[in-house]
Amino acid sequence: MKHLRSIPELGADGLTRLLDLTNHMVEVNRRPVPKVPALRGRTVVSLFFEDSTRTRLSFETAAKRLSADTMTFSVSTSSVNKGESLRDTVETITDMGVDAFVVRHKSAGIPWQISDWTTAAVVNAGDGWHQHPTQALVDCFTVREARGCERFDGLTLTIVGDIKHSRVARSNIAAFSMLGAQIVLVAPPTLLPPDVAHWPVTVSHSLDDVVGRTDILYMLRLQSERMSQGHVPNLREYSERFGLDARRLAMLPSDAVVMHPGPMNRGVEMLIDPSALPNSLIHRQVANGVSVRMAVLFDLLAGESSAGNLREVAP
Amino acid sequence: MSTMVMSADDVRRAVTRIAHEILERQRGGSRLALVGLQRGGAWLADMLGDTLNAIEPAAHVPVGYIDVSMHRDDISLRPVVPGAISRIDFAVDGTTLVLVDDVLYTGRTVRAALEGVNTYGRPRAVQLAVLVDRGHRELPIRPDYVGKNIPTQVSDDVRATAEGVVITKATS
Repeated sequence: MKHLRSIPELGADGLTRLLDLTNHMVEVNRRPVPKVPALRGRTVVSLFFEDSTRTRLSFETAAKRLSADTMTFSVSTSSVNKGESLRDTVETITDMGVDAFVVRHKSAGIPWQISDWTTAAVVNAGDGWHQHPTQALVDCFTVREARGCERFDGLTLTIVGDIKHSRVARSNIAAFSMLGAQIVLVAPPTLLPPDVAHWPVTVSHSLDDVVGRTDILYMLRLQSERMSQGHVPNLREYSERFGLDARRLAMLPSDAVVMHPGPMNRGVEMLIDPSALPNSLIHRQVANGVSVRMAVLFDLLAGESSAGNLREVAP
Repeated sequence: MSTMVMSADDVRRAVTRIAHEILERQRGGSRLALVGLQRGGAWLADMLGDTLNAIEPAAHVPVGYIDVSMHRDDISLRPVVPGAISRIDFAVDGTTLVLVDDVLYTGRTVRAALEGVNTYGRPRAVQLAVLVDRGHRELPIRPDYVGKNIPTQVSDDVRATAEGVVITKATS
């Protein structure tokens, strides 16, 4: 594997390989000294053009636990403010000798662009509405851990909320269906993509209709600007129809689990205190984030010295 | 061409002797622990642990396993696929920890294991037990307990299981 840009590009075999490798990283993270020298001498740079808490921090923690060096590119203090283009920025950082770029950008496809401009590995940490592959890996691993199974045949994943603008939904639909899960999408028609008929999913517009037949209830964040864009009439109506409240929680099968990629909008999609949920995997999703991203960096950077590194350049 | 250099009985007798040597040197087995190197050393650590606990039931010698692939120094030279997952369920601090492997060769796996056990704690002492020492060391590492010294060629393949030790000469 040279890059991790999307779940379809990774494929079912790659998905299984990374999930299996994550088990090793979970064990490393349980040690009194959770650090191994596997990526000593490698450099990972995070290039985040969009805000992030858990993704950026978990990638940096993951790189450090594998003994890689990390660089953080902060857009607000960089020469991007002087008008330096993305391409020049990437080529400049490549010249310093880095082995991997971890990229988040508001535009879909940027990780593919960047991999044309650098010889380093590229990890997509979210590109527009398109893909967020490491979140899907985290979610698959968390369900594996909770259910104690490797594949999801016979399980129903119900994703609720703003599917149209969600890279998390797109990556998770691809990943969970590769592992055999049935997928149900619940959203108002305005928050579904126009090509949803071609996806391997069934669609419902009523959470009440499907909540009793779900194994994994996945709540997406409703971004508040969606209301001003006219996708939902108002937040209260959205929460009444698509929010998770005590009544819907009671309708969930007793062994069903609740997930959310964060950051959460309390009072919009989440109407109950998530810490009061009896079967929430939300904290496990965050906790597994570091182990999953260690597996991704290890898979990309161990075993071959990357081209594009200063070491490769003759003096 | 394959030659069996140790039979199943030879392996069992070597393990029994090593167990006695360990207990003799430790004057019993207090704070003794075994860590098998995944994957080849895992069965041997189990066998040695059972033998130790049968000889000295009061010792309660715990057995753990370590996968050293993330500690190897040749990680950038070839693809690394970690094998079985490490499992050390006991406190390593203050133990006399015996690393167990089936075949000692270059010593690089043992070096990685020495570094690996340090992420679990600080043993009082670390020793090394191997079933076969085939020579060709590349690092200053020597075993404390050896089942059998067997001179080999670099091109030979050495397989060690509870059923015996087999050397296969490269056909040239």
